[in-house]
Amino acid sequence: MSLAVPTLQLDGVTRRFPASNGKGVFTAIEKLSFSVRHGEFVSVVGPSGCGKSTILNLVAGLDHPSEGDVRLSGEIVTGPSSHVGFMLQKDLLLPWRTILHNVEFGLEARNFTPTMRRERAFRELRRCRLTEFADRYPYQLSGGQRQRAALARTLAIEPELVLLDEPFSALDAQTKLVLQRSFAQTIATSGVTTLLITHDLSEAVTMSDRILVMSERPGRIVEEIDVGLPDRENPMARQAMPRAHEIMAHLFNALHLDERIEA
Amino acid sequence: MADSIAASSPDTAPIVAEDNPAAPPPPGRQEVRVSLLPVASLLVLVLILGLWQFLPTALHVPKYIIPQLSDLVREMGRMWQQENLLMHSVSTATMACLGFALGALLGAVFGYLLGLSPLWEKVLSPYILALQIAPKVAFAPLFIMWFGYNAWPKLIVTILVVFFPIMVNILQAMRTVDRDLINLARAYNMSGRQIFWKIRFPASIPSLMAGLRIGATLAVIGVTVGELMGGEIGLGFLITYGEGQANTAMVFDAIFVLTLIGIAMYWVVAAIETRALHYIPKAHH
Ligand SMILES: Nc1ncnc2c1ncn2[C@@H]1O[C@H](COP(=O)(O)OP(=O)(O)OP(=O)(O)O)[C@@H](O)[C@H]1O
Ligand SMILES: [Mg+2]
Repeated sequence: MSLAVPTLQLDGVTRRFPASNGKGVFTAIEKLSFSVRHGEFVSVVGPSGCGKSTILNLVAGLDHPSEGDVRLSGEIVTGPSSHVGFMLQKDLLLPWRTILHNVEFGLEARNFTPTMRRERAFRELRRCRLTEFADRYPYQLSGGQRQRAALARTLAIEPELVLLDEPFSALDAQTKLVLQRSFAQTIATSGVTTLLITHDLSEAVTMSDRILVMSERPGRIVEEIDVGLPDRENPMARQAMPRAHEIMAHLFNALHLDERIEA
Repeated sequence: MADSIAASSPDTAPIVAEDNPAAPPPPGRQEVRVSLLPVASLLVLVLILGLWQFLPTALHVPKYIIPQLSDLVREMGRMWQQENLLMHSVSTATMACLGFALGALLGAVFGYLLGLSPLWEKVLSPYILALQIAPKVAFAPLFIMWFGYNAWPKLIVTILVVFFPIMVNILQAMRTVDRDLINLARAYNMSGRQIFWKIRFPASIPSLMAGLRIGATLAVIGVTVGELMGGEIGLGFLITYGEGQANTAMVFDAIFVLTLIGIAMYWVVAAIETRALHYIPKAHH
């Protein structure tokens, strides 16, 4: 794979759904084009219902565009591929499996021997600092630990691209900050390309290289911001930088949050 | 501010409270009450047995209406020696277990098959509902007319009675599997077969277990009804036989043994359930 080919590329992607009243169609996203370079961390922000999760489903190959192409390293996505890992607000850990076996889950669709699976899983658990929890069940972990286990599972398949759909939004404010830093470090060390969908403007600014701002439905990209801050692996340090606050204020205006009446 | 949070590394994050279920309750009244619970239950039993022994005679209730406790014990001994109680009990227990096993197996297979094919489920759902509502034990005379006075009628009634709660429970579980979990497995490129064995099936275990628990108690009812209808073996037969002899104690004793069989089956299923569902925190059980 050459570096010139973006890891992810969307080309005039439109997704329509049958309208809920049964007649006609309704456009969730329209003529969406953007690309994510190898190793880049890109965030997508936008109002609720603008089609952010729809993008994620299209990239993961769980859904298909009505028009346009989604390409992974140059190849058109036609279905789920082993190069993409995704993670949601829900940790989606299997309650009947230990953390170790949850992390192994994604590897079970591959031709791995049990020993290889175990080694790989332990490597990711170490990276996410969860080794001592390997034999516990999900209910025995805190919300933040569960999300880290979910990240370990996502990284275990060594994806080229990781999709994160609001992975921190169910956590309390403090856990969230700690976890954002933990994720930032883990993602930086693994060097994986990341697309983060979020509602949280400061999260977008402190974690990513680039931010895509989407409009109300039908979702399009209305702005693209190069964050241009150092210390991507330490969101807390970024938080303190003046430029970060400028971007946040700018995003705040771009999304017209001050004019919005409804949530 | 950033510093203070940075100080609490994620590794030191506390484990949630559920992790420590063995936390002792505060000593005092509560504790005393809990430890007295079995004693209280035992006292109630002694009281009931005592009343059973002395109340009928005190109230001049004739023995053929309600026999004394000692009559029941004596009759139990007589049944053991003269009526081959053991053979009848073993027959009923075997039939109940066999019917339960077959009914559970069929119910599970149909539940999973229908759960995997929503189209068939939609087509069949009105009939499933109708059959579920129909009183299955009422089919017993029909089966006797078809198969005669042998083991088949009671076995089939038992299978029918056990089948539905298990099938319906599994169907329900298959319908409510988290879509996102399925999507996760799909995103990992798992085949339909892998998704079934790794997600759908384990996710359905709690419902399957609940169905089995209901089925275990219903199985005894199914066999009993089958035996009451005819034939010459089983505790249900002993009940009709005792009734014909106006031997009330015999009827009571047969009911008692039937209950024991039901309790034993329920207990085995509950023990399996506890082991199978160990991953569910106790507090939510
Ligand atoms: N399978 C579907 N069928 C019909 N409509 C759908 C489907 N999936 C999404 N939609 C609609 O598409 C629109 C965009 O949904 P999407 O979930 O992508 O929004 P979102 O930006 O992720 O919102 P939020 O920020 O609240 O998570 C919504 O109006 C939603 O109702
Ligand atoms: Mg969403």
